[in-house]
Amino acid sequence: MDLTVLTDYSDYYLAGFLTTIEASLLGLIGSFVLGIVIAVFRIAPFKPLNALGTAYVEFIRNIPLLITVFIFYAGLPSIGIDMSGFVAGTLGLCVYTSAFIAEAIRAGIQAVPAGQMEAARSSGLTYIQAMRFIILPQAIRIVIPPLGNQFLNLVKNSSILAIVAGGDLMYQGDLVYSSTFDTVSTYAFVAAFYLLLTIPLSQLVNYLERRMAKAY
Amino acid sequence: MDFSAFKWDYFTFMLHGFGITLFVAFLSIILAYVLGIFIALLRYARIPVLSKVLAVWVDIVRNLPLLLILFFMYFGLAEMGLDMTPTSAAITGLVLFESALISEIVRSGLTSIPKGQSEAARSSGLTYVQTMRYIVLPQALRRMIPPTVSQFISLLKDTSLAVIIVLPELMHSSQIIYNQNYGITFLVLFTAALMYFAVNYPLSMLARRLEKKLAN
Repeated sequence: MDLTVLTDYSDYYLAGFLTTIEASLLGLIGSFVLGIVIAVFRIAPFKPLNALGTAYVEFIRNIPLLITVFIFYAGLPSIGIDMSGFVAGTLGLCVYTSAFIAEAIRAGIQAVPAGQMEAARSSGLTYIQAMRFIILPQAIRIVIPPLGNQFLNLVKNSSILAIVAGGDLMYQGDLVYSSTFDTVSTYAFVAAFYLLLTIPLSQLVNYLERRMAKAY
Repeated sequence: MDFSAFKWDYFTFMLHGFGITLFVAFLSIILAYVLGIFIALLRYARIPVLSKVLAVWVDIVRNLPLLLILFFMYFGLAEMGLDMTPTSAAITGLVLFESALISEIVRSGLTSIPKGQSEAARSSGLTYVQTMRYIVLPQALRRMIPPTVSQFISLLKDTSLAVIIVLPELMHSSQIIYNQNYGITFLVLFTAALMYFAVNYPLSMLARRLEKKLAN
């Protein structure tokens, strides 16, 4: 291994590292918001919305992330909507991850006993109020560990940006490689930067899982 | 968008690509399963040093993006003098990555079997290997079926990442077609999505059914 690869190209690594963090955070926010909307669709007391939510979740979960990314990267430009690789990649990540987050949220909400909703409704709260003040605060606790897991996957999946020239860690690694031609050193440092993010995250998820398991 | 530009030849070309996707995914899941069981058993046996080394190995592999591993298999090993075809690099990378995930499924399956089972087996005179072979593994394997089916679904989706090492799988075929026929990009991507969906959706239903059946 050649340490000078890291020192000579530290700008590339740093830029990629920051872009990976940026894409992961934007992806998390976007997929969380979209995931909540889809989860609400799936549990709302209105059949057509349920069907729409279910179709979205089942379809997206069973196709590769690369397709959702290519829809934004190649599909939209073919009808005249152009965007950068970073934007296309991040939007693809949002759409893909939102299906998994919606499932996690739905499972969490449905884990709250039905009596809670009935009691809240019969005390005069509206459906929205019951959700906001009674069901969601309890569901959040159940949902946090699987959400952490999804975030961990999101960080790893953000490497897909490299395929659409999104400027992330993996992409910068490709750039470094094309001038060093030293695969082993170049990608060992890329791997190290990923582990710097993912190992603490997976420790945190493990910790949350154990804590939430204890609380009940 | 000009849908009439989508020719029957394109469809069969894509089907051929999907055949390669299925072949690589199927071979990889079998090899990853064997390797995963092997890793889990070695970790479960608590062999000094080796079990610890494997634990670190699994944690590192699990926390890296698959894209990085695939890239490394193809370009990294070539640099070390081990030339790989895209197919063998894709299979090696997928097996390496998935075996780490499967070993965790197997390990949690093994630890879910009550200690009394292996103690009873050992005190009836079975050797350690016999105990694992006839008592613990058959029970653990049953519990591992649903998560393994889910793992196959992600593996099938993940095969699409091998597009970066120019494996002639479905996403690669799709790219070739829409790069020549810009107008049908959406149609091509949607057709590819449907192919993945046609295999993955029934599998995900199966996984859910098995899970329910085991829960009873």
